[in-house]
Amino acid sequence: MTATDLSLVKHEADKLFQRKRLIRFAIPAVIAVYLVYIVFAFDLPGLAQRANLDNAVTLASDSWSHKVHVTRDNRSGNITYAVEGERKGTYPEGQRPHWVSGDEVVTIDLGGDHIVRYLPENRTEIEIPGFPLITVQAEGRALISNLPEDLPDWISASDRRIGITTPEGRITLTGARTEVFNYFPGWELFWFTLDSPYHGQSFATILIGERLDPDRSNISGAVSDWWNNAMWRHKDVAWAIGETILMAFLGTMGAAILALPLAFLAAKRFSPVMLLRAATRRLFDFVRGVDALIWTVVLARAFGPGPLTGALAILITDTGTFGKIFSEALENVDDKQIEGVTSTGAKPLQRYRFGVIPQVVPVLLAQILYFLESNTRSATIIGAITGGGIGLMLTQAIQTQKDWEEVAYYIILIIVMVMFMDWVSGWLRGKLIGGKE
Amino acid sequence: MSDATLGVVPQSVDTIQSSYMAQVQRRRLYGGLTLLIFFVLMVSGFNIADGRNAGGFWDGLHQIGDYPADVLSEAWEKRAALPGLIAKYFPALVETINIAAVSTLIGAIGGLFLSLLGTRGLAKWPRIIPLFRRLSDVMRAVPEIVIALVLIFVLGGGPVPAMIAIAIHTAGALGKLFSEVAENADLKPVEGLASTGANWSQRMLLGVLPQVAPNYVSYSLLRFEINIRASAILGFVGAGGLGYELRNAMAWGPGRFDEAAAIFILLFATIVFFDQVSSHYRNRLTEGQGQ
Repeated sequence: MTATDLSLVKHEADKLFQRKRLIRFAIPAVIAVYLVYIVFAFDLPGLAQRANLDNAVTLASDSWSHKVHVTRDNRSGNITYAVEGERKGTYPEGQRPHWVSGDEVVTIDLGGDHIVRYLPENRTEIEIPGFPLITVQAEGRALISNLPEDLPDWISASDRRIGITTPEGRITLTGARTEVFNYFPGWELFWFTLDSPYHGQSFATILIGERLDPDRSNISGAVSDWWNNAMWRHKDVAWAIGETILMAFLGTMGAAILALPLAFLAAKRFSPVMLLRAATRRLFDFVRGVDALIWTVVLARAFGPGPLTGALAILITDTGTFGKIFSEALENVDDKQIEGVTSTGAKPLQRYRFGVIPQVVPVLLAQILYFLESNTRSATIIGAITGGGIGLMLTQAIQTQKDWEEVAYYIILIIVMVMFMDWVSGWLRGKLIGGKE
Repeated sequence: MSDATLGVVPQSVDTIQSSYMAQVQRRRLYGGLTLLIFFVLMVSGFNIADGRNAGGFWDGLHQIGDYPADVLSEAWEKRAALPGLIAKYFPALVETINIAAVSTLIGAIGGLFLSLLGTRGLAKWPRIIPLFRRLSDVMRAVPEIVIALVLIFVLGGGPVPAMIAIAIHTAGALGKLFSEVAENADLKPVEGLASTGANWSQRMLLGVLPQVAPNYVSYSLLRFEINIRASAILGFVGAGGLGYELRNAMAWGPGRFDEAAAIFILLFATIVFFDQVSSHYRNRLTEGQGQ
């Protein structure tokens, strides 16, 4: 090798290094510039003002706890006790939580020496450690209190409304009613509502103890009361999850059934007519391109909201995807196996049955099962749009903005459902195809 | 001895044949039963879905073309306004694409770390490999809409909740695909680098990434296609972009169908365009690897 050759090689190597160095710096630089653009395009600086941290706190605390409302109607003087303030969670007449005592003067012990007393004639006394005793008198629509001018930030007061937030609970007072919210960890009434005879009974009592409801045996009564729980609606939730899985199942399998014959039309080796092939392929591209969102919107107009609409939207979109994948698989079929079958004197149909199908079935099944899992997730989203399944229940629960423990419950169920479908599809894949590859 | 063996042969052929036939029949029976169960599941599933739907399948089948026909005819009447409407909704389209791009970018970076930290032989802390694997499983299992809806409540509407939601799901999904690729990576360069005293990030950057980069980029492109669809759908539940405009246009009903049509056209064109571009580059990446 001469010196000129060497210097040429060195020059080229230098250039290559320079290019590589440039690329190494250019790619992160481009990404950084793009991210800076996004920061402004998405208005991240303004997000801090739009973000509502109180909402985040409510969400975080409400999702694992519940509150019991003690409400005094200042006109009638009636006191009601209700879990989450819902009618379905109201304590029956004559019953009340154990931390409430007294008849003439109702004493509510919030814990940590925080005590609220409902006195006759719409008077309220609130005892908070480290703060002078607060007394409030409701007069018509106005409130007269002994609160000082200078208030700590956990008390907000006007002459119409007083709100006190302590770590032990919350108190709001207006002319019309006085309310105390006492917080407890856990999901209350998850098993039985207050009107069920099984509420508050231990598991052992229900299982082997004496009969609590004379009309029913303990186990069947308990199961039926749990299933029909008005607060948590276990029955509706189970149906909703069933609907979501049904949408995914019907959509995926229907798409596979439709796509298989069409894929033969689109594959070069089985469909000699060019025009037909091209037409089928464009059809696949079209239904895929229109996307599940638009199909959902269009189909919801024809079929109304419900699981069938979701299933059809998945079916139509996936027919395109499956058609594309299947026809590619059919084109990659190995000729040797078909020749081998032909050499035994097999007729064309037998050639397909024993030469082609055994080769493509593992690929097709693997794809179908993979899509079954992925479509469970899509069905949750589509359900939120068309109104079916667990997606709808989740959207509704979030929109009411108060049942965060139900939102947490649904989210856990959705994750469990998707992981279950993932496991089922992996298990079936192992059973039907055997092994990984 | 040989006589005795010969004498047994005709008998054993018979038994072999009959047991083979019995096996074939049993196989057919099982196959038929599976097919029957599948068929029953499909039919009963369809009936349940049909029963719980607001409108029936057979009634709806006649009306399936009504809505597209209404939209198309109204759009055709006002076809002069269509280019203007497309221009009007173009910023929303850019937002949808931006959501998909950023979330794919962030998700790919997250998936990269999840895959490297969750693959045997490459992990920095081999003891907590299962932790990273479970983490990517859970991130993959959460549908985007769950995170998006919760974040919309906290952060308010707009593109950021959708971006975060899609990025989380993408990181989980890509983490799994990436780690399958990383498992097949050749460990010799890593060992070579380790012998020169390279630290973990240098080993990954110089030893593993050059091997897996074509596959990683190819999977990320595929994910980008999927994420465009996802970001359009999330817009429909209030996360900004084209989906949000579509919901508003649809809420107006007749009279605004030209706007819906413009959005349909934009969305369709975008999805087809990015499908083609990404499949072109993916083919090039995987072809280059085969050689």
